[in-house]
Amino acid sequence: MVGITSIGVYLPIYRLNRDEIARTWTGRSTGGTKAVAGYDEDTVTMAVAAALDCLERGGAKADGLSLATTTAPYKEKQSAAIVAAAADLAAECHTADFTDSLRTPTIAMKAAIDAVKAGSAENVVVTASDCRMGAAKGVLEQALGDGAAAVMIGSEKIIAEVEGSYSIFNDFTDLWRTEDDRFVRAAEQRFVDEAGYIPTVQSAISGLMKKYKQTLTDFSKIVYYASDARQHAGLTRRMKFDKEQVQEPLYNEIGNTGTAAALLMLAAALEKAKPGDRILFIGYGDGCDAFILRITDEITKFQEKPVISDKLAGKTEISYGQYATWRNLVPVEASTLPDRPPLSLPGRWRERRTISALYGARCRKCGTPQISQIGQTPRVCVNCQAKDEFEPYKFADKKAALFSYTIDHLQPTLNPPAVNGVIDFEGGGRLICELTDCDLDKVAVGMKLEMTFRKMFYSRGIHNYFWKAKPASD
Amino acid sequence: MDGIKDKVAIVGMGCTKFGERWDKGVEDLIVEAAYEAFKDAGIEPKDIQAAWIGTVFSGLSAITLSPLQLQYIPITRVENMCATGSEALRAASYAVAAGVCDVALAVGVEKLKDSGATGVKGPSIVGDNQDGSSGIGPSYSAPASFAYLATRYFHDYNIPPEEGKRLLAQIAVKNHHNGSLNPKAHFQNEITIEQVVNAPIIAWPLGLFDCCGVSDGASVAIVTRADMAKNFRDDPVYIKSMQVNVGARQGAMLQDYDFVHIEENVLGSQKAYAEAGIKNPRKELSCAEVHDCFSIHEMIVYEDLGFSPRGRAREDIEAGTFTLEGELPVNTDGGLKCFGHPLGASGLRMMYEVYKQLQGKAGPRQVKNPRLGLTHNLGGNAGTGICSCLIVGNEK
Repeated sequence: MVGITSIGVYLPIYRLNRDEIARTWTGRSTGGTKAVAGYDEDTVTMAVAAALDCLERGGAKADGLSLATTTAPYKEKQSAAIVAAAADLAAECHTADFTDSLRTPTIAMKAAIDAVKAGSAENVVVTASDCRMGAAKGVLEQALGDGAAAVMIGSEKIIAEVEGSYSIFNDFTDLWRTEDDRFVRAAEQRFVDEAGYIPTVQSAISGLMKKYKQTLTDFSKIVYYASDARQHAGLTRRMKFDKEQVQEPLYNEIGNTGTAAALLMLAAALEKAKPGDRILFIGYGDGCDAFILRITDEITKFQEKPVISDKLAGKTEISYGQYATWRNLVPVEASTLPDRPPLSLPGRWRERRTISALYGARCRKCGTPQISQIGQTPRVCVNCQAKDEFEPYKFADKKAALFSYTIDHLQPTLNPPAVNGVIDFEGGGRLICELTDCDLDKVAVGMKLEMTFRKMFYSRGIHNYFWKAKPASD
Repeated sequence: MDGIKDKVAIVGMGCTKFGERWDKGVEDLIVEAAYEAFKDAGIEPKDIQAAWIGTVFSGLSAITLSPLQLQYIPITRVENMCATGSEALRAASYAVAAGVCDVALAVGVEKLKDSGATGVKGPSIVGDNQDGSSGIGPSYSAPASFAYLATRYFHDYNIPPEEGKRLLAQIAVKNHHNGSLNPKAHFQNEITIEQVVNAPIIAWPLGLFDCCGVSDGASVAIVTRADMAKNFRDDPVYIKSMQVNVGARQGAMLQDYDFVHIEENVLGSQKAYAEAGIKNPRKELSCAEVHDCFSIHEMIVYEDLGFSPRGRAREDIEAGTFTLEGELPVNTDGGLKCFGHPLGASGLRMMYEVYKQLQGKAGPRQVKNPRLGLTHNLGGNAGTGICSCLIVGNEK
């Protein structure tokens, strides 16, 4: 038996109100908000957070990790490897990027199911993460949001068994970007619905029903991708789905999160599912993948903690100006401070365990955990001066408390002012680092923190990732 | 180990006007300060037997000193962040004490205003040039790295931030007053507490007037053997102690560090007092030039250097202990705040003021009956620092 053994999500805390976008452009608002990745987040950082959430909930070790996205930070260089390293997975973990289609999350899921079925993998984490951009003033600018999700496919402690699947491909040009496009291009909506989206999904559903001798009434929930709320509702009408059956697409709160969208809807469905329920799960893009999922008794335990409902609302509304700055839509005044020197790739490689998974070291003689703010792995203990008596010690998963802080108006950042802190980890060790996702009024000595993988800066073609502290979620 | 006390004397000093010296290059600043020192010591450039040039950003190697046209003598560039100028003086003094030369030159120079930046330019803007090569060092500004002290000091001593800011403001107001009496200071204006507390925030809780000036400048000292000093002048200034104390990131990595003191300051000053034979610095020092890069640090230095009991700098600030008329005048020339802080020059600039004070030549800023003076720098920041404490006296 193969199925979903865990699901995790990541939604940025920032929301851009569509009324704010409309106000900026003197246009019409479609209502609601969209989730916006922070100035220091991207597809990779969100995928890391979703993968860590999924791994923590699942409790199993992954031997495969894939990333489904249309917005990989590198054209050449695997993003899944960055995610796997940040998630501290073993080097034997099989990593893969699935790119260039909105259907990649279900394509990657299908590949993971096949791998587990074939016995070539035990637990594969499929992450999906996207930060797609619609051109300013356009329909897609309001529609598209940022987010990530991750499912673990395995054969033990399954919460949703995969009973069957059916796939078709379709060379249809509804949404696309070429190498030179920053913004998603779209064909005419009515053409897309009538010639592409509806017939393709219809055909996949009927194929699945025929193959497994099912009818729509056999499903308590139908979870399906659509480009926006209008298209989503259109399919419900055309397919005559019972409205009770249809999983709400979350577009009002977070927007269409691209490759993450269908999995985020699935997370919402799983949060409410009961043992024995059956879910029809559909991914779309250049074709269609349809799955039959049967909820097992394991779901009850999994539902002890909310998966997505507590994250939908976000925490901070941003202005269009912030959005435009973070996404580099307008040139903004440069810092008067000199640029940072370029990073050294050999230097980065040497300290890769610190950079990727925030490893420091613990002294075997005196037991002191220690980490340097510049990444140098200690050779001589800062506490007892013993030489080369260290074992690796991971800080990424440790809670911390804010010992002191400052709000820095000089530091070059896309989201001024910057917050920096001296943070003390539970169990020992101190780090001076940047804080992110802070409500400035609530920053205080003693504040509880957790670590988060973020983009520090981009320079000379290199995305420089490292860890920051953020207010603890609980 | 008998230390440096009374082995070396300063017999000449020079210091440029500090400030935004747009029309003067590094070479102008060096020549301006050095020729004042040559004249002050009554010597010619050819009398210099060895030289040390201290700069953080304004030149690599000893060739930085080439504008002086010293002819084929040993010259070395030294760098130790904000303690750089003091290090040049320490190197020159040690050479004289070791007997390898009789007349040595110490130069400190910095041309910050060529960077085009309003802040301090550098390999890292953290004021921590050990940024490492991995590119992950936090990129907070220099004021931020000292703001941690203020946040924690206010927290630990239950001082509401608004009150704390008014307290720190008194330090800036004092230093501006002193600077207003000093034609060589970068800023020569008095300011008010209201101006300080209402100024734009730079790194909370520190505002604009809590931060020192970013300036150009150079300062120079000529040292010789103590027993030869009177051949140069009647009022040489004798070196009593020279201590440098360097941290190894203990405070940045270990949770027992409190961020309300700087261990390097405490240990460095204790060693300096021991070397100089000082038991009670508050009583025995006539004046002190300390590293007020940010107001909170001057306040912490009062406690670290034993001027105020731990946790009680506030009472002394409010009592006016460190004003020109106070019990122990601190930063009589305006300090980094007002005289300016061209990094490599600052240590020697401080010594220039103490030297003039001990000679009774400090004009309207003159302290009464001067005997011993101290200069103090802190390179780096809270968490890991480089503390320099030099003590000099006008009697052997």
